[in-house]
Amino acid sequence: MATAETTRAPAKMGLVQPALLLVGAAFLLADLYLIFAYVPTERVMGIVQRLFYFHVPTVWVGFLAFFIVFVSSIAYLVKRTDVWDRRAYVAGEVGMLFLTVAMVTGAIWAKPVWGTWWVWDAKLTTTFVLWLIYIGYLMVRAYAPDRQRGARWAAIVGIVGFVDVPIVYYAAELWRSLHPELVTGPFAETGSLESSMRATLYFSTLTFMLLFVYLFRERTAQRANEQALDELRARLG
Amino acid sequence: MSTYLRAAMAIYWKDVTVEARTKETVFGVLVFALIVTFIFKFTFDPAPRVVALIGPGIAWVAYIFAGIVGMGRTFVLERDRGTLEALLLAPVPREAIYLGKLAGAFTLMIVVEAAMLPVFVVLHDLSFLSLPFAATAVLATVGLAAVGTLFSAIAVQTRARELLLPLLFLPVTLPVIIAAVSSTSLLLEGGGWREVGEWLRLMLAFDIAFLVLSSWAFESVLEE
Repeated sequence: MATAETTRAPAKMGLVQPALLLVGAAFLLADLYLIFAYVPTERVMGIVQRLFYFHVPTVWVGFLAFFIVFVSSIAYLVKRTDVWDRRAYVAGEVGMLFLTVAMVTGAIWAKPVWGTWWVWDAKLTTTFVLWLIYIGYLMVRAYAPDRQRGARWAAIVGIVGFVDVPIVYYAAELWRSLHPELVTGPFAETGSLESSMRATLYFSTLTFMLLFVYLFRERTAQRANEQALDELRARLG
Repeated sequence: MSTYLRAAMAIYWKDVTVEARTKETVFGVLVFALIVTFIFKFTFDPAPRVVALIGPGIAWVAYIFAGIVGMGRTFVLERDRGTLEALLLAPVPREAIYLGKLAGAFTLMIVVEAAMLPVFVVLHDLSFLSLPFAATAVLATVGLAAVGTLFSAIAVQTRARELLLPLLFLPVTLPVIIAAVSSTSLLLEGGGWREVGEWLRLMLAFDIAFLVLSSWAFESVLEE
């Protein structure tokens, strides 16, 4: 299956990765300053609303990661090159991390504002289901008898899972119209954002994107080295 | 096209014949569904008033759990007897194998669903029988079988087959589960075609999407 890549030297990251790390760290510090010192405290929700600048960017990056899983999985099934499998796998792994952070910050934010940790509205249900599907995505590989099959099956789960997302959303929305909950309170919609808040949100999103790119590249290189090592071991018997 | 359908039919008939002679799976699955509803009786003890509220949930949990057990076996026999390789060597398109297996899983589930209807009447005083319910059951079962056949072909080749199938199957089929339960609830409350129309359309969309996607993806599942 693996062709010319068998004798590849360990992946070289060059200067891009350290540079990304430095820039990312600087952005993260600036982001923390914006979130905790610059942006005004939201009048109604109070200090806890600052979680918003962690929650929303991690949701966005999490969903973006799963879009990368979807695209890379299709590319892998069509082209069958290891590099697309690595991209899909790493995006799934890092996306899972971001989505977990998003769900945890969301729950912590929801408790004081909505009075409950969790509501089953369309957004939350869809996020939760996506999270479950990608646990399955990572598990399929772990249980597969060999890497090629694990990669193929995971690609199928990645594609099926992504196509499922809008259908889950629609079903959950339709379901909610039959089962209205009363807890959503006055903050169900965020409404329009004040300009400094919007600027902080965008900056924070950029910061988390940088973090994602850094982790993605780091893990992809690690994964390539892992596979090169496995192949060497296999050849030595 | 006609050789394609003939191959799918041949695989379907083989499975139906094997099942008709041994009755291994259908009885096991049926008894399992029976036990699930019986357990519900004692975990919730639904009063007659509540039964209409949670009855559709009881029925569909029983159907879906039984479906997982049944579909888990779709490829197990082939693997245990070593006939999976023979099936793969057959000069037929892989989509035909998928379609044949899917039809088998669908038939098994529909038989179990129909056989359970009188059980719900006796044990829970629940009668679902109506034409819109039949449409709900058929559309839901097509969707469940489409996803279940794909994933059980994956799961059977792994080390953790019984574990992996529900983990993959249940989250993906959530829209069908929501639609089937909601539609059944609406019918139980006296609704008709018009009330459940949107749910039926949702399931139809799911069925088409996953039939197309799964028959395309199936090729990659069975490759060596």
